[in-house]
Amino acid sequence: MRSFCRTLDRTTLRDIALVCCADALVAASFGAIAVSGGLPPWVPVVMSLVVFAGAAQFAAVAVVLSGGGVLAAVLAALVLNARLLPFGFAVADLFGGRGGRIRTRLVGAHLMTDEAVAFALRQREPGARRAAYWVSGVALFVSWNGAVLIGALVGGGIEDTGALGLDAAFPVVLLALVLPSLADRATRRAALVGAAVAVAATPFLPPGLPVLCALLGVLVAGRGPLIPPRPAREPLPGAP
Amino acid sequence: MPLYAILLLAAGTFAFRLAGPALGDRLRIGERTHWRLGVAAAVLLVALVATASLADGSATEGAAFAGWARPAGVLAGGALALRRTPFPLVVIAAAATTAVLRLCGVP
Repeated sequence: MRSFCRTLDRTTLRDIALVCCADALVAASFGAIAVSGGLPPWVPVVMSLVVFAGAAQFAAVAVVLSGGGVLAAVLAALVLNARLLPFGFAVADLFGGRGGRIRTRLVGAHLMTDEAVAFALRQREPGARRAAYWVSGVALFVSWNGAVLIGALVGGGIEDTGALGLDAAFPVVLLALVLPSLADRATRRAALVGAAVAVAATPFLPPGLPVLCALLGVLVAGRGPLIPPRPAREPLPGAP
Repeated sequence: MPLYAILLLAAGTFAFRLAGPALGDRLRIGERTHWRLGVAAAVLLVALVATASLADGSATEGAAFAGWARPAGVLAGGALALRRTPFPLVVIAAAATTAVLRLCGVP
């Protein structure tokens, strides 16, 4: 790990630290909101350790807290995490590739987040890519899970979440996460149609299902750009 | 949220993560599929924002309008996020807007 840190230049290490701080805040709010919404503290803590995907964690808890079924919550979160699939192909060679140790491959896969992939792909040298992936992956894992634990402990002390406006925090976190991807016009159109479908279906379907109906919106996105924009993405706040 | 649901979610997520490193050269994800998965994630997130802002639900009684204070707070936070305000401020502004509106008697 130390030699990995030496491979990376100062700016990269500083950027990784900044993203860790930002994500820790998101993680703490995740823990606090989940617990103050009525879930036992072990739920956000265990979920963060074994799922380790911010947007999906927020989505699953949001569905459950709004009275939705457990299956709908899991499905919604899995749809969000499907975007990890192409990432896996993009960074596969960074942790083993062919003939690599199995354990390295398993751990490397679990550390895969939007941020770690972005940090890795920003580097040009293969060695630096590998270093950026592992350093940011491990740092994010530690800061994310530590902050969720703190948030979950603090959240238990909050009594009236409504008076503090904390019910607005969940949707606004998700909104801040998704805003950058709405710069693409086709994505925006699909998202607006999907949201309209979900809201229209809300009075008639059990909680959780309307959000899945929103996926109909993908149909109006068209076939996509001829040369899709490469993920020249900045790490999003709070999307491990 | 029961433990089995969390483990199910974890297993599915890990499968998505491991597919690339495990399959390597034997499978390629096309650019179009890549793009569609990104669109699907955005669609789902925006739908979650909309429903979680507007509706309160319970498995037994169905959904009800959440009142004006919450969506107003979310909009305030969203406006700040568009101006690239730091994330913690966005969340605090949204919660504070909702809290102040409730204090003033807006449901």
